[in-house]
Amino acid sequence: MKIRIKFKKFGVMKFIGHLDIMRYFQKAMRRADIDIAYSEGFSPHQIMSFAAPLGVGITSDGEYLDIEVNSTKSSADAVRALNEAMVEGVQVVSYIRLPDQAKTAMSIVAAADYHVFYKENYKVPLSKEEFRMKLKEFYEEPAEILITKKTKKSEKIMDLKQLVYDFRIKEENGKPYFYIKVCTGSTDNVKPELVLEAFYQSLGLEFTENAFQIHRLDVYAAGDLSLGEMGEEIE
Amino acid sequence: MNQLALSDEILMTIDKPARYIGNEWNMVKKDLKDVDIRFIMCFPDVYEIGMSHLGIQILYDMFNKREDVYCERVYSPWPDLHKIMKEQKIPLFSLETQRPVKDADFLGITIQYEMCYTNILQILDLSQIPLYALDRGNEDTLVIGGGPCTYNPEPFAEFFDLIYIGEGELSYDELFDLYKKCKADGWNRKEFLYEASKIPGIYVPSLYKVSYKEDGTIAAFEPVRDGVPKTVKKQVVMDLSHAVYPAKPLVPFIKATQDRVVLEIQRGCIRGCRFCQAGMIYRPNREKDIEVLKEYAFQMLKNTGHEEISLSSLSSSDYTDLEELVTFLIDNFKGKGVNISLPSLRIDAFSLDVMGKVQDIRKSSLTFAPEAGSQRMRDVINKGLTEEVILEGAGMAFEGGWQKVKLYFMLGLPTETEEDMQAIAELANKIAVRYYEIPKEQRNGKCQITISTSFFVPKPFTPFQWARMYDKDSYLARAKVVNDAVKAQLNRKSIKYNWHEADVTVLEGILARGDRRLAPALIKIYENGGIFDAWTEFFDNSRWIKAFEECKIDTDFYTMRERPLDEIFPWDFIDTGVSKEFLIREWNNAKAGKVTPNCRMQCQGCGAMQWEGGVCFENKN
Repeated sequence: MKIRIKFKKFGVMKFIGHLDIMRYFQKAMRRADIDIAYSEGFSPHQIMSFAAPLGVGITSDGEYLDIEVNSTKSSADAVRALNEAMVEGVQVVSYIRLPDQAKTAMSIVAAADYHVFYKENYKVPLSKEEFRMKLKEFYEEPAEILITKKTKKSEKIMDLKQLVYDFRIKEENGKPYFYIKVCTGSTDNVKPELVLEAFYQSLGLEFTENAFQIHRLDVYAAGDLSLGEMGEEIE
Repeated sequence: MNQLALSDEILMTIDKPARYIGNEWNMVKKDLKDVDIRFIMCFPDVYEIGMSHLGIQILYDMFNKREDVYCERVYSPWPDLHKIMKEQKIPLFSLETQRPVKDADFLGITIQYEMCYTNILQILDLSQIPLYALDRGNEDTLVIGGGPCTYNPEPFAEFFDLIYIGEGELSYDELFDLYKKCKADGWNRKEFLYEASKIPGIYVPSLYKVSYKEDGTIAAFEPVRDGVPKTVKKQVVMDLSHAVYPAKPLVPFIKATQDRVVLEIQRGCIRGCRFCQAGMIYRPNREKDIEVLKEYAFQMLKNTGHEEISLSSLSSSDYTDLEELVTFLIDNFKGKGVNISLPSLRIDAFSLDVMGKVQDIRKSSLTFAPEAGSQRMRDVINKGLTEEVILEGAGMAFEGGWQKVKLYFMLGLPTETEEDMQAIAELANKIAVRYYEIPKEQRNGKCQITISTSFFVPKPFTPFQWARMYDKDSYLARAKVVNDAVKAQLNRKSIKYNWHEADVTVLEGILARGDRRLAPALIKIYENGGIFDAWTEFFDNSRWIKAFEECKIDTDFYTMRERPLDEIFPWDFIDTGVSKEFLIREWNNAKAGKVTPNCRMQCQGCGAMQWEGGVCFENKN
């Protein structure tokens, strides 16, 4: 039976990297008595996969992992049991059953959206209105936005126009912040900080990653379908 | 959730920020307003090592069971963070509340190996606590030490206000109660320390004075105030089965060295190997009740979610109910995806059977620790293992499908000759010969025999505490003798030889049997950048040599002398319960190559019987 678990990651847990979160959930499954299925072989491992790795320092309201179970409690009971096995900073919000033929979250991820806030003690260089005008020039009007993405091995030219699905300025308590929705997945993975850096560059401003708190809102499959809306509650 | 002590900027710059944020599963949360005593427990090495230490998990659990105490933790900041903390003058903080260590009532440091002594200074310095206890003011944090190295605490004694000798389960309650009483009565640090020195197992270094003879040896080691005991007695838990044990150990986010449930099955060892300090200072051997262990196995796996369980003790094969315990673990947990990690066991039909069940035979290797190559040398060190037993065990294993063998030896043991060194290679060759006796069609190609040698460091409270050591060149020459002998063997292509560095051995030797006169050198080494000296990538031998020279310390005094029997040792004020007469008898037996039977075969009257329990009273109800 295939199960998708959605969780939030916040507070100090943003400093725990993806691989350690995987290990954390493996142990949490045992503590919560989830009847998770194991692979065959000499050293069996839990059948578990995560949707889209979250970078260190980023918080999230929409993280997903898929597991296979032999038997299950109800969704409500499983969420409760898992939350009793969680540390502060990780909260399970849903536990749903996927259709048997469902593909793993990892293989269907297409997009993710984020809020990017200015941290306290960092100056916001422009007002909301100034940002809006500049964003028009940078994102809305051009037919293409070419940037060079450097990896350890190579350099790649990318067109952000095709890969950034939404980019807006919002405001809270008079302080601007950004909403960014980007292409996510194994082929064309765009990180929100890359988009922001390109925007800053177009403004002639110096980009400091530390100035921003990135917060992931949700992860989507093709067709703008949230990964959390692809299964059913277990009664 | 507590505000972190370090900013996001720092945490995003350094390696593995998870080392400094706390919040692990089973972390104890308390409000500082609700407790009387804030105790910070420290393992002076990196988080992943420190979090693997069983002793701290036991005391963390025990202290936090008291409502009036909040026990928190701290580990050595890695050099990347160390630099930032020094530059920005950030005081060292605890993981739980993220508050400065210097605001705590106690800082407890466990001292597990000699090469971490500079890290003790790092902890004190980053905490902004004066390095010498004498420089601390009335309100400063009390620094207390514990752990195996406190069986000769003298090189670092002056950095501590108190040192706890023995097993921590016993005297801390009394110490905490005394502390609360002294706080209520109007705090006077000196009076508290004086009263604390009367608690069993508590050593207050500032209340003892050492004087030296012209030749550098100790003339006298005396209390400076009436009422301070002349000797400090090691504390021993006699009802180990019902002593506190953490049913809910901490589970780190990053992979620690011990990423598993650890069941302590016994303390102490019946064997009496003459080089082994643990085998002497943890006497008498005490076993835990198997039913208690079974219950803990269930609870601890459930409470942690760990996927592996291991057993911890010296010489695990001597635990009476080992077979039943291992079978129980396999039957109950193997099918649930839990790995059973076996301790190194004596090779026999039983151990090969269980190893076959829990390991992949083709990949796993057999481990033998003969410690010495020749029978003569093994008799000197009282290691009961004979060549016959090794070859028989290896033969059984080879026929069962194993083909990898690891062998551990020591070089530089007392009375060692070239023949003893060469015998190491010869023993390895005999094991290989035994392998090739198996018909070709029944074996899987070549066997792989790995020899590792370390250099012997004499330790306090062992029969070898009088023995001399050698210099670096002499150690390396010994390794060369072994290496040449390996190359001369018929089966040399099946044998691999590794040996340790010799620099560290000499330093360990200086520190293990050192005295208070070494303290200024330790401070100098730290001030010149010496931290994480247990790590090859940070260790710098020249820094140590230079500091000893500058402090005018003749290191040969500590390493190159065989001590006369009447010499007063820096650690003689400690009473481990094992008498000096017994150690002298064993030192003489060693020189005569005379084997001493183990505790179960025949009591040798070492003195541990005074505790009226454990192996000394087995089958004597």
